[in-house]
Amino acid sequence: MITYLLRRLLQSLLTLLVISMILFGLISSVPGGIMSAYQENPDFTPEDLARLEAKYGLNDPAPVRYLKWLGNSLQGDFGNSFTSKRPALLEIADRLPNTMLLMGVTLIATLLIAIPLGILSALKQYTWFDHISTTIAFAGQSLPVFWFGLLLIIIFAVTLKGADGRPWLPGSGMATLGKPFSLVDRIEHLILPVSMLAFVSAAGYMRYLRSSMLDVIHEDYVRTARAKGLRERVVIYRHALRNALIPLVTLIGLDLPSLFGGALFTETIFAWPGIGRLYFTAALKTDYPVVMAVLIIYSALIILSNLLVDVVYAALDPRIRLS
Amino acid sequence: MRISTISEFSGFRTLREESLFRFFWLRFRKHSMALVGTTIITIIIFMVAFAPLLTPYDAFKQDLKHRLQAPSAEHWMGTDDLGRDLWTRILYGGRISLSVGLTAMAISIIFGSLIGLTSGYYGGWVDSILMRITEIFLSIPRLFVLIAMGMFLRSLDLPSLQAGSFLPISIVIGALSWMGTARLVRASTLELRDREFVQASRALGAHDARTLFQHIFPNVASPIIVSATLGLAGAIISESGLSYLGFGVQLPTPTWGNMLSNTQNQMLTAPWTAIFPGLMIFIVVIAINYLGDGLRDALDPRHIVGKK
Repeated sequence: MITYLLRRLLQSLLTLLVISMILFGLISSVPGGIMSAYQENPDFTPEDLARLEAKYGLNDPAPVRYLKWLGNSLQGDFGNSFTSKRPALLEIADRLPNTMLLMGVTLIATLLIAIPLGILSALKQYTWFDHISTTIAFAGQSLPVFWFGLLLIIIFAVTLKGADGRPWLPGSGMATLGKPFSLVDRIEHLILPVSMLAFVSAAGYMRYLRSSMLDVIHEDYVRTARAKGLRERVVIYRHALRNALIPLVTLIGLDLPSLFGGALFTETIFAWPGIGRLYFTAALKTDYPVVMAVLIIYSALIILSNLLVDVVYAALDPRIRLS
Repeated sequence: MRISTISEFSGFRTLREESLFRFFWLRFRKHSMALVGTTIITIIIFMVAFAPLLTPYDAFKQDLKHRLQAPSAEHWMGTDDLGRDLWTRILYGGRISLSVGLTAMAISIIFGSLIGLTSGYYGGWVDSILMRITEIFLSIPRLFVLIAMGMFLRSLDLPSLQAGSFLPISIVIGALSWMGTARLVRASTLELRDREFVQASRALGAHDARTLFQHIFPNVASPIIVSATLGLAGAIISESGLSYLGFGVQLPTPTWGNMLSNTQNQMLTAPWTAIFPGLMIFIVVIAINYLGDGLRDALDPRHIVGKK
C-alpha cells in the first residue's frame, strides 16, 4: 500500500511536470502579454522596450525561461499579474473563497436533487416517474450551460418582476451594490447561478446513480436478502442502497477539483468574482502569469483527486486491491 | 458482411442469414427517441445545406435601420444588433457549428482509434508510453486549456482564422477529446489480441497493419461509432462555449455559439437574440445524444433491446 502510494505520487509529479512544460510552451509563446502595454505607449523608445524585455527575461531561450518559472513557482512565486501587478497567487487566493462558496453550495444541491431522484427512478423503473425524470436528465445533459444561464437571467432577473417593480432575483454579482452584507442578500445572489450549475450536474449524477442502483438490485446478495424474508425497506436501504452509493465516491471525487475552477461560464455570465472569471479575463488580456498559475494548480488538483478516488474506492470496496 | 440469426418465423425457429445492417436496423428502430433524433438531425442538415433557398437575406449585410427588431412576418426570428436577419444567421451559423463538430469529432476519433489500436495490440512499453500520454491529457482542465489554446490561436493572426475558418478551432477541440476513444479502443483491442482469428491472420503472414485494420478494427467499430456520436455532441457544445467566450470562430462569421456572445447586454430589449441560437444548439445536441443512445442499444450485443 505504501509503495503503491509512493509510486503513484511520483508518477503524479512527473505528469504534472510534463503538463507544466507543455502549457508553458503554449502560453509563453503568445505574443503581447506584458510588453503590449508598453509598446502602445509613445513615451517608450525602442531602447526602453529592449531594456524592459531584458529585465523581464523575455529574450532568454524558452527552456531557460521555463526553468526560471519552474524554480520560482516551486517556491510559491508564480510571478505578478501583468494587469494588477499583484502576485498571481494572491489574485487566486482572493477569488478562491467565492468560487468555493458557489461550487460547495452547488455540490450539496446536486446531491440533494440527484440521490433521491436516481434511486426512485431505479426502484420505479419504466414507470411514468422514471420516464419523466430520465428524460429531464437527458435534456439537462444536452443543455449548453451558458445558454441555460442566459435563459434563467431572462426569466427570473429581467421578465418576472415583483409588486415593487424589481425583478424576482438578482442576475449578477455576489451582493447588492451599496447594501451592507446580509445573509439573505448573499443567498438571493446564489440562487440563479447555483440552479444553473446544479441542474446540469444533477442530470449526470442522477443517470449514473439510476444505473448503479439497477445493477445492484439484480445482484445475488439482494436476492438473498429478499429470500431470507427481510422487509423490502431493509433490503433496499441497508443492502442495495449502500452499495449503489459507492460509485458516487468516484463522481464526487472527480468533481472535487471543480470546487477550484468549475464555474467558468457561470461566473462569467453572473459576474461572480471567482477563479473562472479571473481566468477568463486573464486569458482575454494574455496575462500569462495568472493563466499559468490557474492552469497548474487546477491540473495538480485533478491529478491529486484521481489518486484520492482510487485509494478511497479500494478502501470501500474490498474486491479491489491496489497494486 | 453476413450474420446468422435465429429468427422467429410462423412459429418455427429458422436459422437465416441476414445482413449486418438489417440486424442493426431491427434493433435500432425499437428506440423511438433515436428515430426522432435521426429525423431532426437530417432535417437540420438539409436546412443548413440549402440555406440560400430558405432565406432571401444576406447573413453578413448590416441594416442598422432595422436593428433589434422583434420576430415578425418578414424576420420571423427577429433581427440582431446590427440589423441582420437572425434566421439567416442561424442557417449559415449552423453550417459552421456542424462543420466544427464533424471535423473535431473526426480528428478525435481517428487519433483515438490509432492510439488505442497501437496501444492494445503491441502492449509493453509502447502501451505504457501511449497510456501515460493519454493520462496527461486527461489530467488537464479541458475547458481552461481550450481557452488557452484559443488565446494562442488568436495571437497567431492566421489569415484563415480572421476569415472565419472553422479548421483551427476544430483541430484544437479534436486534439483535446480523443482520450476516451483511445482508452475504449485499447480495451477492446486487448481482448481481441489473442483470439484465434487474429492469431490465424498473423500465422498466415499478414502485416501488423493488415491484421489491425482488416481483422481487429471491424470488431471494435461498434464502440467507436457510439463514441463518435457522443463526441459529435460534445464537440458542438465545446465550439459553442468557446465561440461564446470569444475564443472560437471569430465574428462576423456566425456560429450558434458566437451569435450568443453579445446578447447579454440586450436581453432586456431583445431576448430573442439570446433564445434562438441556443435553442438550435440544444435541439441538435439532444437529437444527437438520443441517436447515440439508440446506437449503443442496437450495437451492444450484451444489451437487451426491450421496452425502454
